[in-house]
Amino acid sequence: MRAFVLSRLAQTALVVFLALTAVFFLVRLGGDPVLLFLPMDIQAKDVNEYRERLGFNDPLPVQYARFMGGALRGDFGESLRYKRDALALVLERLPATLSLAGAALALTFCLAVPVGVLSATRRGSLLDYLGMGGAVLGQAVPGFWLGLMLIYVFSVQLGWLPTGGTGGFLHYVMPCIVLASFYAARMARLTRSSMLEILGEEYILTARAKGLAERLVIAKHALRNSAIPIVTLAGLETGQLLGGAVITETIFAWPGVGRLTVQALLNRDFPVVLAAVFVVSVTYTLINLLVDLGYGWLDPRTRAEAAR
Amino acid sequence: MTAGSLRRHGLGLVGLSLAGLALAAAVLAPWVAPHDPAASDFAVSLKPPGTPGHPFGTDQLGRDLFSRVLHGARIALFIGICTVLVTAVVGGLLGLLAGFFGGWPGAAVMRLADVQLSFPFILLALTINAIVGLGLRNIILSLSAAGWVVYARVVRGEVLSVKQREFVQAAAALGMGRGRVLFRHVLPNVAPSIVIVASLQFSQFIVAEAAISFLGFGVQPPTPAWGSMLSESRDFLYVAWWLAAFPGAALAATALGINLLGDWLRDLLDPKLRV
Repeated sequence: MRAFVLSRLAQTALVVFLALTAVFFLVRLGGDPVLLFLPMDIQAKDVNEYRERLGFNDPLPVQYARFMGGALRGDFGESLRYKRDALALVLERLPATLSLAGAALALTFCLAVPVGVLSATRRGSLLDYLGMGGAVLGQAVPGFWLGLMLIYVFSVQLGWLPTGGTGGFLHYVMPCIVLASFYAARMARLTRSSMLEILGEEYILTARAKGLAERLVIAKHALRNSAIPIVTLAGLETGQLLGGAVITETIFAWPGVGRLTVQALLNRDFPVVLAAVFVVSVTYTLINLLVDLGYGWLDPRTRAEAAR
Repeated sequence: MTAGSLRRHGLGLVGLSLAGLALAAAVLAPWVAPHDPAASDFAVSLKPPGTPGHPFGTDQLGRDLFSRVLHGARIALFIGICTVLVTAVVGGLLGLLAGFFGGWPGAAVMRLADVQLSFPFILLALTINAIVGLGLRNIILSLSAAGWVVYARVVRGEVLSVKQREFVQAAAALGMGRGRVLFRHVLPNVAPSIVIVASLQFSQFIVAEAAISFLGFGVQPPTPAWGSMLSESRDFLYVAWWLAAFPGAALAATALGINLLGDWLRDLLDPKLRV
């Protein structure tokens, strides 16, 4: 078990290292951020001085070595815009993103699992058609458009919900719905098909034959056995929620990592971009590690494999 | 025809008509659109839907929204089709080679795929796009760079199993060249998977392009792309809901049509695969 976790952590480190390397070189190929950042009327001498100070005049390998050395110590340099430590800037936005993603994930589970289970157990009923129809729509409707329409109806017309920003519970409502809609739709469909498959198994027949209440057959036998694909998808989705947050946070002016990243990309504030890539890839791979560990709890067979 | 198959084929036909409508709009836009999508006319700016001559209303510059939505289909489908073709060819080929020949180059490609998969797709495409620059060609490039991985993964897995099948072994034993075995025997057997992945990715690419343009990258105004139209509509949400409603509805309907069509195709091609 420990060896498994350790090897996964080593893998995570490799992934983060390669991601940073790729973005570093892409950024350096993408042009000179100094020119974009300085005022238009600046002298060529000043540009050079600024570039020298930021180290852009050194050969690429030297810059890369310095960048990686800094990254190892958690130092991504100063934000060109905010004049503050880039990593600190990203990290202080992380709680807002995680709380939104957590709330959206909870909403996803609360919507998708009951809808999926009911659609499977009442296959062909009106409920099944409504649930799956909603899921197909939810998968197709783009989140940012849904967000705009929700703002129009609930903020502009009805005035019930704030258009954006953070504050109380009400600020969570629309961003959560937007973030959860796509993922809940996919999870509901997967829950349904996975349940249908398990309900055809012989041990379900056995459980029913021995007189177990249908409620228990569903909850203890069918749902628990169809949980593996659901958890896999949940893990993948939690990672994708971090990506979806980029758009949701921008629409609702949510002060999270996603919005910061978009602004940093628009301003070509590359220390912040690199710090954000670092934080996102570490978070993403750690979430997947947690999901893999979760399998052990759900499916004892994988514990043996992991121990080997 | 049973209820189940009616449902399956019925939804498939809905998908076919929605996707067909989008395709027709894309192909016929220059002839069908009542106005030039770029022609502004300040005399009729921000008119609501139903204004004579402007069924969807007009935007802040008095451009006809209906014409712009039709031309938007052209841009969305063009980007979607190009990206699907590029990713299918590049990702498919890499997966084919990695699976068939293996060795360290194959391992390296799959390692790269793992790294890419440990990063959210939309954020990756957005970052690449912000760095390589704006415009139509660069958005196709960015989406392709972020999207080839899925093909490589799926195709490699399939090749690994097809390679062990007897007819492949037999062809090799009969002295057929490796390249010929690959393209004559292995490729046709993994082709259905490529089609399935392509149908899954198609609407994802179209929505991702719109999202990236919405955030201010990708396709720039005044090009009538749905994403950049939605981005501009944010400033007028209080006074002109139609600017947000119609381009978004067109995008959602196109994505829905392609998804339903893809589900149908998947049912027909591979009954074992679900979701």
